[in-house]
Formats: sequence, C-alpha cells, structure tokens
Amino acid sequence: MKNEFAYSCGSQSHLDRRTLLKMAGLSGLSWLTPLATGLARADEADQRSTAKSLIVLWLEGAPSQLETFDPHPGSEIAAGSKARQTNISGIKLGDGLEQVSEVMDSISLVRAVTSKEGDHERAVYNIKTGYRPDPTLIHPAIGSVICHELPDEHGKIVDIPRHISILPNNMAGRGGYLGDQFDAFKVFDPLQPIPDVRARVQDQRQSTRIENLKFADEQFLRRRRSNRKISDSLKHSNLGAALSMMSSEQLEAFDVSNVSRAERLQFGDTPFGRGCLAAIRLVEKGVRCVEVTLGGWDTHVNNHELQAGRINILDPALAALIRELKNRDMLDSTMVVCGGEFGRTPWVNPVGGRDHWPHGFSIAMAGGGVKGGRVVGETSPDPKRDSKKPLENLADPHGVEDIHATIFSAMGIDFEKELDTPIGRPMKVCQGEAIRELLD
Amino acid sequence: MFLLLIAGSLSALTLFLMASDRIENPASFRPNSDQHADVVRAALKVDAAFEGQWSESELSSAERSLNLTIARRLSLGLAGTIPSVEEIRRFEEQGTDEQIHWWVSRLVEDQRTSNHLAERFARALVGVEDGPFLIYRRRRFVSWFSDQIAANLPYDVLVRNILTDEGLWTDTPSVNFYTRTILEDGEKSRPDPILLAGRTSRAFLGMRIDCLQCHDDFLGTINLGSAEDLAGGTQRDFHSLAAFFVEMENSLLGIRDQTSQGPYQYQLLDDDKTEVIEPEVPFNRNLAGDEHNLRMRLANWVTHPENRPFARAAVNRVWAIMAGRGLLQPVDDIPLEGPFPLAMEVLVDDFIEHGFDLHRLIRVIALSEAYQLESVADFEVTSLHESNWSVFPALRLRPGQVAGAIAQSTKLATIDSTSHIITQLTKFGQQNDFVQRFGDPGEDEFKDRGETVTQRLLMLNGSMIDERLKNLLHTPVFVARLSPDVERAIETIYLATLTRRPSAQEKRRFVSQISSFSGDERVEAVLDLYWALINSAEFRWNH
Repeated sequence: MKNEFAYSCGSQSHLDRRTLLKMAGLSGLSWLTPLATGLARADEADQRSTAKSLIVLWLEGAPSQLETFDPHPGSEIAAGSKARQTNISGIKLGDGLEQVSEVMDSISLVRAVTSKEGDHERAVYNIKTGYRPDPTLIHPAIGSVICHELPDEHGKIVDIPRHISILPNNMAGRGGYLGDQFDAFKVFDPLQPIPDVRARVQDQRQSTRIENLKFADEQFLRRRRSNRKISDSLKHSNLGAALSMMSSEQLEAFDVSNVSRAERLQFGDTPFGRGCLAAIRLVEKGVRCVEVTLGGWDTHVNNHELQAGRINILDPALAALIRELKNRDMLDSTMVVCGGEFGRTPWVNPVGGRDHWPHGFSIAMAGGGVKGGRVVGETSPDPKRDSKKPLENLADPHGVEDIHATIFSAMGIDFEKELDTPIGRPMKVCQGEAIRELLD
Repeated sequence: MFLLLIAGSLSALTLFLMASDRIENPASFRPNSDQHADVVRAALKVDAAFEGQWSESELSSAERSLNLTIARRLSLGLAGTIPSVEEIRRFEEQGTDEQIHWWVSRLVEDQRTSNHLAERFARALVGVEDGPFLIYRRRRFVSWFSDQIAANLPYDVLVRNILTDEGLWTDTPSVNFYTRTILEDGEKSRPDPILLAGRTSRAFLGMRIDCLQCHDDFLGTINLGSAEDLAGGTQRDFHSLAAFFVEMENSLLGIRDQTSQGPYQYQLLDDDKTEVIEPEVPFNRNLAGDEHNLRMRLANWVTHPENRPFARAAVNRVWAIMAGRGLLQPVDDIPLEGPFPLAMEVLVDDFIEHGFDLHRLIRVIALSEAYQLESVADFEVTSLHESNWSVFPALRLRPGQVAGAIAQSTKLATIDSTSHIITQLTKFGQQNDFVQRFGDPGEDEFKDRGETVTQRLLMLNGSMIDERLKNLLHTPVFVARLSPDVERAIETIYLATLTRRPSAQEKRRFVSQISSFSGDERVEAVLDLYWALINSAEFRWNH
C-alpha cells in the first residue's frame, strides 16, 4: 500500500513562523543560517503590514487597459480613445474614469502586468490563484489563502463567512487544496436576500426540526464512537456555525437596502456598486476577503462603446469605495485591488473590437499600505505588433504572481512559506515577489 | 393536476400496502447459472487476498453489513442515488441470499447506472468545464459513453475507439475527447498533444506524469521503464508520448490524422534548441507494436492485456466510483512499480482474463466481502482500517449523490428513465441548481473534503428540499396524509430517507411527537421529521 509520504520531495520540514523563531532561538547562530532570512522576512512583513482585509473588484472578461488605467492618448493604439488628467500630475486615466481620477492620490497602478494565459478560463484561474492551471492540483484563491493564514478576526467575533464573493459568475474563489471550507461564500445583488440563511418554517417548528436533527445525528454517532474521524466530524460539524450565521446580526452587512439612497447612489445605482458598498460593511464586521464581480468586458466587437458602458459602472463604484473607506478610517487596513484576467490588444480588429492580450495590462491597487499616486511599469505607445518577445514592449513588467506577493506582503503573510498539499507536494503560498515600490 | 393528485395518491397508497409489480426481475438475475457461480468464485479470491492483507497487518475487520445497507451503498455507487421505497419492497421479497445478486443485476441493467458511471469516467477524460465553443459537445460524449457501458462494450475496445476514432464531434461523439483540447494554432486547428499526453496517462493508465512536461523527475516519484527495470521519468518521456498525437488536425470534417503535419518538436529544459522528438511509449516498450498510424499504435499499446497499468487504472476507478475512494489514492496516481494491494491485482487479473468486462468487474466488487463490511466496528477504527478496507470507509456523499438522494427520498416510486418526463425534468433541474450551489468538485471528486457553511445552509434552508417536501405531488405529503397510522408513516420515512427501519427508540420518540398533533399540524410534524432525516449525517454520508 502506498504510504501518504511517497510523494514528499524530502525537502526540509515546512516551518511556520513560530517554529522558525523557536529553532532560531535554539540555534543561537540564527544570523548565520538561512533561518535568519526567513525570520527577518517574517518580521519585516509583520512590521510593515497594515492590511487586515482585501477587497477585489474583479473585472471578469478582461478590461481594456487603453480605455481604463493605461491610456495612450493620441497614439495609433489608442484608436481614438481619450484620456483625462487625474489629481496626480503626470498620471492620466481613460476618459471615462472621471470620479476615479479625483481619488488617484489614493490609488497606484501596475501598468505592465503579464501572464502566460490568454484563454479566459485559464487566465482567471491564474489571476485568482497566482498559479497557472495544473492538472494534478487545484490551487487556492487568494482569499482562501488569506483566511487560512490569518485565522484570527482581529478581536472580532465573525459569525458570517470570512471569504465572500458578491455577484460571482462561475469562478468564485475556491479553497482548492486547502479544502472546500475555504471556498468563497457566494451572494448576489445586495438588494436581494442572501440565499439560504432564513429558516423555511416558523421558530417553533424550526426548533423541533433542529432537535430532531440533533437526535438523528446522536443516533448515528452513538454507533460510530469507535471511529474518530466521524465522531470528530460530527462533533465539529458546522451546524453550529450555520445556525449562528442564520441568527447573526452581522447578516445586515450584506443588506444595503437600509442604507440611505443618497449613500447608495454614490456607488452608482447598480448591483456592482451595491456590491462595493456591501463589501465595506462586511469588512467592517471582520470579513477578510470580499470579491465583487463586474463582468461584460470581453469586447471582441465594438470595443470602445462596450468598454465605456462597463466603465460607467466601475467609475462611481471604485471612487466611492475609496472615499468611503477613507471616511470610515478603514483605507489603511483594507487593500483594494481592481483588474481583470488579462488586457486587450493594443490594436483594434476589423469589427472594432480588441482581443485578448496578456502581455502588458493594468491592475489598480489602493489602501492597506499601498502608497497612492504611483505608477509601476510602462507599456509602449508603439508596440511591435509582430514581436515574438512581447515583453520587449514593456518597462518594469510584473507577473500576476507579483500582485499576489504584494498583497500577501501587505497583509503580513509569509508568502514564501510552503504549504502541504494533499498529494504531498509542498507548494509555496506564492511564487512572486512583492512590488516594493508600491509599499515603501 | 387534480387527476394527477388522485393517481399519485392511489399509487402511494398501493406502495404502503403491497410491493409494486412495476419492477420486473432483471434479465441478468440468474442465481443458479454458471456465470453467477464464476463471479462468486472471483469474489472469493478477492476476499482471500484482503484477508491475507488484514492478517499480515494484524488488522481486525468489521462485521458484514445488513443487506439493506449494502443495497444503499451499491445504489449510491452505481446509480448515484438511494433505493426507492418501491425498490426496497421488491428487494425484500427476494430470498436473503439472493438479495444482493438481484439488486446488482437490476442496477447493472439500469440506465441510471450507465449514465452515472459515464459521468464519472467523463470527468477523468474531458473534465467538467466548458471547452471550445461549438466543436466540443460534452453531453454528447457522456451520453455516447453511457450507451457503451449499457451495451457492456469491452473496456479495452471502448478506449481504443476513443483513442483512434476520426470524425465530427456530433456524429462521432468519442472525438470530443480530442476536440476538448483544441488549440487554435494560426490557421490550423489541432488537438493539443501536451494536454492529451497528460490526460491519456492519468485517465487510461492511472499515472500522473504531468510534472515531466516541464522537467525530469527529480523527486524520485515518477518511475517509468518497466516494473522490473525502473527508470526515473524524464521530460523526453512525456514529450515522446505527446508525439503520438502530432498527426491530428481538426477541420470541417472533424478530427482526422494528417501525416503531412510534420514531426513533433520541442525544446527540452536543458537544451538550447528545439529538436524533433519521435513517438515512444513511456514504459513497457516491449508491448508497443509498429503500426504505421500513430494513434493506432498508441491505442494498441495502452490497451494491451499485458499492460497492467491500463487494467489497474480501470479497476481502481470503478472501485472508487462504487465505494467513494480508490483502493489506492489518489485514484489516478498509481505508481508503475507498486506496491499494490493484493486484492487489486486479483481484480486486475480477473478483469483482463474476462476481456475487460465492466459489468463483471462491478459484480465481483459488489459481492466481495470488503465491499460489504460495516463502516462501524466494536474496536477503535483508524484510517489504517479504512485504507485497508477491513472497515468500510464512511465518506461524505458527492454533491450529485446528495441531490439524487434528496430527489429519490421524496418519491416512493423509483425516479428512472421510465418515470414521467415531468418527474425526470423536475429532478434534473432541481439537481443541477443544487449541485451548482453546493459546489461541484470537478475532476477531483474522490477526495474527502470538508463541508462548507454554504453546503450546510443549502441543506437546512435551500429551495430543493423545501419544494420537494411541500409539493403536493411528492411523497412526503402523501405519507403524511395517507399513511394508515403514524407508525407506518415513520417507517416509510425512514425507509425512504435512510434505507432502514427506525429503531425502537426512534419509533417511540416520533410516534409520540407526531401523535400529539392532528390535522394540518400533524402533516407538518411528519414533514419536519422528513426534513430532519434528510439533514442528518446518516443521510449525507455513505456508510
């Protein structure tokens, strides 16, 4: 029978920070050993990190960088798209991002993000997990890793799931090899009720139902006391968590119908805008990661008009999100990341569309220790179209994994640490390097 | 609607009082036949192998389960749902010694089984995601696969067809195995040899060699060569396998081979230039023929009776589908050199000797002692007992099984291909919505996972259970209104949900609880019991 360690690579044990400190203390020579590096890295991350939660504005379908965060007005590749000046001199945004331009001092841009995935499904996986798809393993989404690595709720008791996906399409963040319990909890337009949190019968019947359920489980358990796996699983079943959630006052964070109309309208009167407002309220309750999805960016036809429609929804929502986090004094502790799975071609096809382009696209980042008003990386206004080396069109490019590393670093998560996977293959939390220009 | 209600009421009443004659004896149920005796002998060989293994490891084994427990297990494993009350009644009419044989025969002939098995196999072959638009028809592929299983096409022939077929994704559904991986390569459209090499190895040979796509094995975990003469897997091995798919292209005529494609070329990790890599099988090279057509050569080697990884992969997968986990885990990661549980090798021998007969394999597994053991014991049960099958491993049901069981538990009559189309469609729609919300594990479905709060909330408060409990056309309301007495109602609910009768303690509790109400409140009390049992761990676990 194959033992479960047969697939271990035999590398050194995977050390968490506490073990690292203990061993370093015992060694007495920690500064001479590779442990010192690990120790220093963990300490460095802890000291600098201010982010406690992450809000991802997930633009599924791939927005065009040229009409959003990386315009090249007047150039051939702009194909007529205009730009507007922001409140930071020297930084321009696509013309439609009027309100975002006013909060640019809080936002930084990574303008030469690259990936090797040009297919939606694979690229979404890549950008959500920081890894390329692997047939033998499902990597966890960034929100799952954050919940796994930061189990405490900074002094708050959180009755609601700590990883939430608002308006998900088919690819809400998954726990992958960390386990399904780290999957994002999926909810829809915050004006609609949250699915499945209300009992179907009145209180008295509900309590009879629960009593009967507990009785039935006791009967099942009674015969299985000799099986620790099952008895543990039943004892620690999440029935309690589900019931706490059903009766939790924190559920109101999902529901924005009781927020004044004026406040709601600041975010735009759209499901996405309401999702952004709900995201703030959820983070206030101690939720670690909220992903809000805005789809419809896959503009192979009629790019300018279709992008403009999406930008009209994004602009008020992103700007109001930043303003409101600031108003509530939450921007330092909440990182906001906004982008899609890749960009769009720096040329327009015969039907007025832009196609897939993973060789230099933009991600906007704000809060949680990210200094605002900065730009990292540059794309050429005159890219070589037939280049077999697309990175030649970029200055200071960063892979998708560097965005992940930056987030982890800002949250104090040791992202070079290796996690155990079910197939025994150790896997780094993240393969990238933090973009220090955004954080220092 | 009214007429339907009346008809439903009458049929429900009939089911309380007598067994349904709607279920005929399965054609392959021949208790005294030589064929059955041979299956029993094969199962005894498997038993001897397991017993040897347990005694060597000094592991105690559990008692044999009750027949109804085994029937539930088989039903979940093969048909993806639980037995209906109607089926239980017919099952109990059989002699005790014939019940399991009768039940396996019924399930093997049941379209629910071929559909369910086809879906499980399809996950390994083409995954669950949407593939290329228009040229990939997953449902066609699954339904074709189901037909092959129903007809009991030998598994080696089935796989040879998949690997060698040419044609359009619509009229030759097997080629969807290839169109799933189509790469748009400039003006050419062709299946991706690299994806296909990984798939072929995992799905048909039960070996994960994907790491070799990018580098030689440096962990000592992927051994190729032959079981007697192992060699560490190399990047070249992987790409030599991929090279078998180089001649393929896709056009308006569908998938076909085009020898003018040119050779397979790749730049290996430590080389500085691209080179031609010739097709070469990664192990057991002595079994490879010299057929001119590359896919034919590959297919003949993969399915060669002496190429044991092929049979081993199938045995392990069928066992996993039926029992929830493989004899070896992960189900598609079986090392070439072993070690293998002896029982696996016995099953592999039998599978090969009997011409890769899937129906026979299912019967042998079903009749084996290990498959029929209890999931509880009067000694401390450890993971060692479960991984050695001396105690049947209790596992959470897969999402589709949970949905299938919910649908069936709320109908006394069997929901199968003979059910009214509305019944089937309702079940189909509710089941899809349920699985989507519950979370589909995709290809990696034989791994025990934690339960999410979303799943728990869906069970407690979701619409599927609520609608099926309240719907006037479904069983719960019939049971509540038409049972001759409360005791009968409780027994029916236990049979419908947990495939067993209530214990004396359970009966006492619920008779007293339900009898304290009358009229509509009594109906509600019955529904509340139904709800509690569907939500219970006993319902949600395979045991």
